[in-house]
Amino acid sequence: MDKTNISKQEETDDEDVSGNKLVKGIESIFVEITLLTRFTLQFFRNLFTPPYELNELLKQCYIVGYKSLPLVGVTGFIMGLVLTIQSRPTLETFGAESWLPAMVAVSIIREIGPVITALICAGKVGSGIGAELASMRVTEQIDAMEVSGINPFKYIVVTRIVATTFMLPVLVIFSDVIGLTGSFLAVNIQGDVSFSLFFSQIFAKLDFMDVIPPLIKTFFFGFAIGLIGCFKGYNSDKGTEGVGASANSAVVISSLLIFIIDMMAVQITSLFS
Amino acid sequence: MTSNETIIQTPLDTNAHAKPISVAIEIQGLCKKFGRKTILNGFNLTLALGENLVVLGKSGSGKSVLIKCIVRLVDSNEGTLSVLGENISELNNTKLNELRKKVGFLFQSAALYDSMTVRENLEFPLRNTHTLNEEELDAVVSEALKNVGLLDAIDKMPSELSGGMRKRVGLARTLILKPEIMLYDEPTTGLDPITSKEISKLILSVREKYNTSSIIITHDISCAKIIADRIIVLKDGMCFAEGTFDELQQSQDPEIRSYLEL
Repeated sequence: MDKTNISKQEETDDEDVSGNKLVKGIESIFVEITLLTRFTLQFFRNLFTPPYELNELLKQCYIVGYKSLPLVGVTGFIMGLVLTIQSRPTLETFGAESWLPAMVAVSIIREIGPVITALICAGKVGSGIGAELASMRVTEQIDAMEVSGINPFKYIVVTRIVATTFMLPVLVIFSDVIGLTGSFLAVNIQGDVSFSLFFSQIFAKLDFMDVIPPLIKTFFFGFAIGLIGCFKGYNSDKGTEGVGASANSAVVISSLLIFIIDMMAVQITSLFS
Repeated sequence: MTSNETIIQTPLDTNAHAKPISVAIEIQGLCKKFGRKTILNGFNLTLALGENLVVLGKSGSGKSVLIKCIVRLVDSNEGTLSVLGENISELNNTKLNELRKKVGFLFQSAALYDSMTVRENLEFPLRNTHTLNEEELDAVVSEALKNVGLLDAIDKMPSELSGGMRKRVGLARTLILKPEIMLYDEPTTGLDPITSKEISKLILSVREKYNTSSIIITHDISCAKIIADRIIVLKDGMCFAEGTFDELQQSQDPEIRSYLEL
């Protein structure tokens, strides 16, 4: 076989290998989606059947909600402050400086607050859940629960998903309030606006569609964070290496899902507005 | 020579193979595959009530998979597996969980719940099974810890315990449900000889106190010598040899002898 034929053969082999990789890649995506769907159905089956793990649920709400307050608060404050400072010059150009509180409020409440808070929680809570459950899987703690006749799915997974679903809206409201406070401070760095005037301007411009749809989507954000964190952690393998991989993929996939849900929520909201 | 022939050749089947009046576990033709790899290949076993059976074998020979199949942590591919008279593969989740409460499982790493104290670890299996008030619960937990000599550690976190202490707490947590069968996955691995001996004696005292039937997986021959009524050697997914410690020690098969070198 001459050199040309050999290189052609190698090219064909390379194409075969890359083709196989592509097929396997697509296949693994479908497998993952199927497993996630089954996991979700298992969640809903376990959610409505007793016994209900209320103590564990409250504990998880404390961990997900209360323990995330400082991080969400600081992020929200900076978000409001920066957005106000950055927006002021543009509004000044058009002589619309007085619109600054309303514009910042609509931006924060409708979009930036929910998405940034959800992303922060995906990083903090989602990775935490993924790593914790994967670690429990690796050290056989989940197996230990199972052999002692306790349903680990109900105890570990259901409580965490419910906690993230209901705590994220609370965190988003908290973040929005702190963000608007940051905005108020930023407005007062270069001007003099009273607290009551600032917030009356905000409430004058806000309506139902600015508040309720974004709040509803945060439940879905929370559900996605909890679901993906639990899914990745609960089904972890490959030992300690799997713990890191679970935490990592929990953050990546839930962040991606947050944007997808946000896009769908915006489309649905625009249909009704 | 096949593995089955080896079993027949071992001069050990006389008393040990006498058909027990009642059995705790009966396994027939158990097969388990992971992908293309066959781990258990037509494995048979009978565990008599009150018997301590030690399983020896190389790493990866399927010892842990065997005891995981017994509590259906791993589903078998073929064969029948009867635990306390129940065919485990036919049980629904509710019945399976009821049966699992009668089977204690001590994991190699003890598998203590990291986020709970020792007290909470012991209370956890009782939460859905017993309606005990605070005082009764406290008494049961204290009693279980006293039995393993760790009452002082009741409010400690698992991270504050040594390897031997973790094993003993794991054992106390398992025994709190008063199981009829105990499955030990390498109970003395990673422990010093003195602590290993303590754990071995504890396993014997568990049998005396709770009248349990046990399967003990171990590589620790000193431990096996102390606790085993009968030993089986697992190879290629089947029972390679079977007998008491002394009987296996008399075997001329170099592989069997190599397992039993102290």
